[in-house]
Amino acid sequence: MANFFAMGGYAVFVWPAYAVTFVVLIAAIVLSIQSYTQARRNVRQLEEEGSATEETR
Amino acid sequence: MMITALANPKRFLDLSRTVSPWTCALAVILLGIGFYWSLFATPPDYQQGQSVKIMFVHVPAAWMGIFIYSMMAGASLVGLVFRHPLADVAAKSAAPLGAAFTALALLTGSLWGRPMWGTYWQWGDARLVSELILLFIYLGYIALWNAIDDPVRAAKAAAVLALVGAADVPVIHFSVDWWNTLHQPASILRLGGPTIDKAFLVPLLIMIVGYTFLFLWLLLLRMQTEILERRARSLMMARGA
Repeated sequence: MANFFAMGGYAVFVWPAYAVTFVVLIAAIVLSIQSYTQARRNVRQLEEEGSATEETR
Repeated sequence: MMITALANPKRFLDLSRTVSPWTCALAVILLGIGFYWSLFATPPDYQQGQSVKIMFVHVPAAWMGIFIYSMMAGASLVGLVFRHPLADVAAKSAAPLGAAFTALALLTGSLWGRPMWGTYWQWGDARLVSELILLFIYLGYIALWNAIDDPVRAAKAAAVLALVGAADVPVIHFSVDWWNTLHQPASILRLGGPTIDKAFLVPLLIMIVGYTFLFLWLLLLRMQTEILERRARSLMMARGA
């Protein structure tokens, strides 16, 4: 196991490369999902407000 | 025709809601297998030792940077010529993903270059510099969208930039042949077939396909977001009027 983590002496290059990959991919996923749910919430709210004003007329 | 049918954002939203869970599932499965295989089931390279593990995260990222840009330039052309409403949405939504993958290619490449070439960066290397220029083109493209308020004008200006910037794509691909560089020549997309051993090629291809499905999933999600944001904007304007 320690042998695996040592990566044949290249640990300081291999692990940061995988770490930065994970961080960037996960950030891309999280940010994309967040902006989607935010946009969907906004549209729903605007549509509800719109139909509410229709009814009061 | 299929493309004209999809020009209707409603129909696109329905279709992408059906397709995107599949792209997500395929991305998760392929990346799960790909990361496991790359890290635990590949042998060390006879010259590079275990540093070759970086290849499995570097090559797919670099591939995505170019693939996404080509798609973006194609969509921009369609947007300019046919005024296809979804083309601009697709190009705009793809850009931040392309920038992220290009940044990853540069970072992982740098971490691979230090042990193999003795340097993190080399300004004289055409592959490295043309890849950095690609990142700047992506960032310029995103900045241009943000700088112009009117979406129609922004789409046009950004599309022109995307098409001009497309000149960098062949330069990146052929840089390793045109100039004598540190970066090795192509070992997968070359005449006469790949020169890379199967023990590396199979997990590498799984990673590339996994990255591609991850991109497709996020692209669909971001396009849906963009359409919703446009709808919110028009609702706001209608209320203001």
